[in-house]
Amino acid sequence: MDLITMDDLTNEEAISLLDDAERLLPIARGDAYLPLLKGKVLANLFFENSTRTRLSFETSMKRLGGEVLNLSEVGSSVKKGETLYDTMQMIDGYADVAVIRHPRQGAAQYAADAVQIPIMNAGDGAGNHPTQTLLDLFTIRQGQGKIDGLNVVMVGDLRYGRTAHSLSHALSRFGASLTLVSPEPLKMPSEIVRDLKSSGCHIEESEDLLPAISSADVVYMTRIQRERFPDEAEYEKVAGIYTLKAEDLRSVQSDMMIMHPLPRVNEIHPSIDATSHAWYFKQAFNGVPTRMALLCRSLGIDIPEAIV
Amino acid sequence: MSEMRRVSAICNGTVIDHIPSGSAVQVMRMLHIDGSHSNPISLVMNVPSSKVGSKDVLKIEDRELSQEELDRLALIAPSASIAIIRNYGVAEKRQIELGSELVNIARCSFFNCITQNPNEPLPHRLQVVSQDPLEIRCAYCGRAQSVGEIIESLI
Ligand SMILES: [Zn+2]
Repeated sequence: MDLITMDDLTNEEAISLLDDAERLLPIARGDAYLPLLKGKVLANLFFENSTRTRLSFETSMKRLGGEVLNLSEVGSSVKKGETLYDTMQMIDGYADVAVIRHPRQGAAQYAADAVQIPIMNAGDGAGNHPTQTLLDLFTIRQGQGKIDGLNVVMVGDLRYGRTAHSLSHALSRFGASLTLVSPEPLKMPSEIVRDLKSSGCHIEESEDLLPAISSADVVYMTRIQRERFPDEAEYEKVAGIYTLKAEDLRSVQSDMMIMHPLPRVNEIHPSIDATSHAWYFKQAFNGVPTRMALLCRSLGIDIPEAIV
Repeated sequence: MSEMRRVSAICNGTVIDHIPSGSAVQVMRMLHIDGSHSNPISLVMNVPSSKVGSKDVLKIEDRELSQEELDRLALIAPSASIAIIRNYGVAEKRQIELGSELVNIARCSFFNCITQNPNEPLPHRLQVVSQDPLEIRCAYCGRAQSVGEIIESLI
């Protein structure tokens, strides 16, 4: 099984992966050891840096007894002009499954078409990053007990942020109501909003954060990146307009979750870290059980019902 | 009849009739007709037509276009009628069909697509997601491609 976009999974398959991830939690935490992937080799193909994602896959594989090849040399083979196709032919012979992160969009699908082994997309250009979406869904279910019919506020750079796009699409499949909070220049692209609406999603758009969070089940914060702006003055106008502090949370629902794909800059004040609303660090950890579940699924390894 | 006979009948070859007015030049591009071959080509544009108001007609002598070549035209001349001519008579009529995928007909036009590297060997694949309304996306990066973009990116 390849995982290139969330569209590769039906809702039922996504839920069943979340169930698998839940069962794998003791192994992810290091409380249990079960070498389900002993003798298997994962190739981490990071043509672009993403230390967090790479480490998350690496620890997922190792906690299940598997081995990891980190091809730091691939960067140099690209500079020598090697095609992705040729790199993949080599990997096909060395590994049982590969994770690919690439600056060009479509690279993961291309890699999957080039080889036999299963491919997981860990981000291709402005394209997809489905393992992030799965870990987000896992976290939401952990906090809310369900992922359907939730009231979710997406905040920050909704124009370029693929994390926000992908999660919005996934949540729309589960009947969410979305409130999109962003400054005018970073609004979610209208074709995505149209897609979300046509899939039956209730959408509201706003520039004001605080009024939006009072009835939210989940507030998903994202970073506004400097490199998105042609000039410094434009960036300064919107940088830091959405920051949450503990005192902003007085009238929110008691089980409201604040999430963030990290790293954060100033979107979430550290005063929130100690509150029950802070889910971003748990969210980062949840990459491990979710990716474990994906690795097992892609390699055709069944997960025992109970792990102790 | 005299109105229609703007160019003489051909002995052998392919006649593409009912091309949308003004699109014949694009049709020639899609068929790689660029003057490098020596067979005669007749092109008439903006001919009055009782059926479609006005149309273009292309006659290619001594060359029978294959179904695969003709299917390339689905994007710009989906309702063109095709006749294969042998010995001044219509030997076969063919329909243009838009399949589910355009393989190696055009490149993806998105600047950051993996297929922009000319050394990558896998075929260029554009998927027809929907016929009506027409929606075509790159099989790799998923970006939507307009007909105009596809014509600009013909291989
Ligand atoms: Zn493409």
